[in-house]
Amino acid sequence: MEVKDIKIKGISYDEFKDNDSLEKYVEELRANGVGIITGVLDDIINWGRSNSLWPLTFATSCCGIEFMAVGAARYDFARFGFEVTRNSPRQADVIIVAGTIVDKMAPVLKRLYDQMAEPKYVIAMGSCAISGGPFCNSYCVVNGVDEFLPVDVYVPGCPPKPEALLYGMMQLQRKVKMERFMFKDKEVKENE
Amino acid sequence: MENIKELILAKVSDAVIEDKQYLTVTVKPEDLRTLAKMLRYDEGFDYLIQLTGVDYGDSLGVVYLLAKSEDMAVCIVIKTATADKENPTLPTVSDMWKAANWNEREVYDYFGVIFINHPDMRHLFLTERWKGYPLRKDYDAGRDVNPLDLKSYDMSDTTVSYVSEGDGIKKIEKNLFEEEDYVVNIGPQHPATHGVLHFRTALDGEIIKKIDANCGYIHRGVEKLCEGLTYPQSLHFTDRLDYLCAHIYRHGLCMCVEKAAGIEVPERAEVIRTIMDELQRIDSHLIAWSCMCQDMSALTAFIYGMRDREKILDIFEETGGGRLIQNYNVIGGVMADIHPNFVQRVKDFIPVMRKGLKEYHQLYTGNVIARERMIGVGVMSKETAIAYGVTGPSARASGIHCDLRKMAPYAAYDKVEFKEIIRMEGDSMARYMNRLDEIEESLHIIEQLIDNIPEGDFCAKTKAIIKLPEGEYFQRVEGGRGEWGVYILSKGDKTPYRMKFRSPCMTLVNAMDTISRGGKIADLITIGGSMDYIIPDIDR
Ligand code: SF4
Repeated sequence: MEVKDIKIKGISYDEFKDNDSLEKYVEELRANGVGIITGVLDDIINWGRSNSLWPLTFATSCCGIEFMAVGAARYDFARFGFEVTRNSPRQADVIIVAGTIVDKMAPVLKRLYDQMAEPKYVIAMGSCAISGGPFCNSYCVVNGVDEFLPVDVYVPGCPPKPEALLYGMMQLQRKVKMERFMFKDKEVKENE
Repeated sequence: MENIKELILAKVSDAVIEDKQYLTVTVKPEDLRTLAKMLRYDEGFDYLIQLTGVDYGDSLGVVYLLAKSEDMAVCIVIKTATADKENPTLPTVSDMWKAANWNEREVYDYFGVIFINHPDMRHLFLTERWKGYPLRKDYDAGRDVNPLDLKSYDMSDTTVSYVSEGDGIKKIEKNLFEEEDYVVNIGPQHPATHGVLHFRTALDGEIIKKIDANCGYIHRGVEKLCEGLTYPQSLHFTDRLDYLCAHIYRHGLCMCVEKAAGIEVPERAEVIRTIMDELQRIDSHLIAWSCMCQDMSALTAFIYGMRDREKILDIFEETGGGRLIQNYNVIGGVMADIHPNFVQRVKDFIPVMRKGLKEYHQLYTGNVIARERMIGVGVMSKETAIAYGVTGPSARASGIHCDLRKMAPYAAYDKVEFKEIIRMEGDSMARYMNRLDEIEESLHIIEQLIDNIPEGDFCAKTKAIIKLPEGEYFQRVEGGRGEWGVYILSKGDKTPYRMKFRSPCMTLVNAMDTISRGGKIADLITIGGSMDYIIPDIDR
């Protein structure tokens, strides 16, 4: 059984800039072999998951306003399945870290992330979330959320344009589509 | 003003009085309260606009900028300093101006100055575990001193105050809440606090007994960063404080530097700046309206407001290249000339916005539920607004004339005519209506200017390195949420010795406790929406 292609609706394969890392990931999956049943199940589940990634309403500063703009009329991320933002981390699939994270906020963000149910994803939106951005020399700014969260997609910009965020979110969809979902935990345990 | 000098000298004989940008009075710490009392109660300086801590090297000082509510253009500066850097103390003025409460806590955060008799001497932005005082000149910003700590700590329910007793100082611990209080946490991650703000709300059933607001969840240390950067380099921070007033704030800082360095701004730039400021104000009020409606569950209104806002962003993007943050003002003028389509785009936008306003009123203003939730709710009296130093549309809803565009005109505001929107009710509805009416006034200002943009340069020629002569410079501008201000202390270098930004939103949140006491907890959200604060502006 073949692992499915990295395709999502709405934007063609060639238009994505970074295809190599995902290709490599797929190669790996293929090398390990995919069971027919689990493979098909994975396909179906991931199809559902990738088209209903619900973000947490989380924003600390400027980038949050662009995040709001992406949710509003003109850009409307509901078109891509990001449907609604959830106010509770328990109901969210992805946390979009929009804005600067400072020392006092870091434990709060960590706790929010911990409260989210697996599987969960992190998008670092804007240069602040990626590296501290304009404030990286400050005495109390975290230089990138990847210091304590596993970031899946980075969206650069200060602030990123809505189109950029949509692009980043679609990258996440592709990533989700390729994932091994069934018996993932079991395998990980066996490998250990 | 001559008269006031004599009065001051009669009260405090060894006060040093200088005629600078504003009349500046330097006093010893022990005379501070005498002078402050006189200015506050006899001379009518009831607005505390700025309170800035400064590390002078051999002493730690505070600079107070006071204004009168009758005439906001009349200002006076008080300065005082203590030479004791080990255990610095100064007398509080928070009993005279409530606005000083948080400002003094900020000074405590930054410099470790303890204010005697201050009711609540806790950290404002930093945590209790923070070591050192970051804005002191000898602070070593190394991460090994204050490493990133991901552990969640319980918040303390007590506060301290230091009172003078005989020769010494006594520390008194106090509980923030009463024993049987039921305290609800709202924030820091809450969609209706408009950012990462934390309210601890003590309730009696549904009624709010007390609010303890906590800030600092987005304290980025901008003022310290500015000290290490040249003036043109530090401009970009202002865009990111209150990102919905990016143009206006940056305009303010540019003006301050231009005035101090004696740079003449071309008329074309002045007019462009004014138009941009007003577009920005509309943008800001639209977001305020959208979010307030959304807080009251009117999601449609949010979508409508954001839809019209995009039109402004298109105009910004075409000329300045940025949507939310434009980085458009530079010292001496603006970065680039307006786009050839600019005038036409703006002209097309005005009728669209007018139609939008009509729609908003039809859609929401008349709504029974909205009216029930806004009329008579969260009343801010004129006295409260003055005591907390509240300015902007929220203060104008409480009957205070505080529009700096009228009181102390800058850029091209003296060439246009517009109404200052004043309402007397002081409730959520008045604040809500004020914003929508101000959009109309902004459109009116733009209309007058858009056909009369003078020809000429859009930016003055400046030296490659801008150095400000030694001295202190203030600049006040009318932001979307109230008066925004800059204070620069220059020692003649290309970087500022101390740069302070006055935040209008801090006053708004500071006043939340007083105005929402006795109200329902559900209304807290409405009141917050109508006050319209932006948290990164508070925390800086
Ligand atoms: S990346 Fe830029 S726009 Fe985004 S939060 Fe940081 S400073 Fe603001």
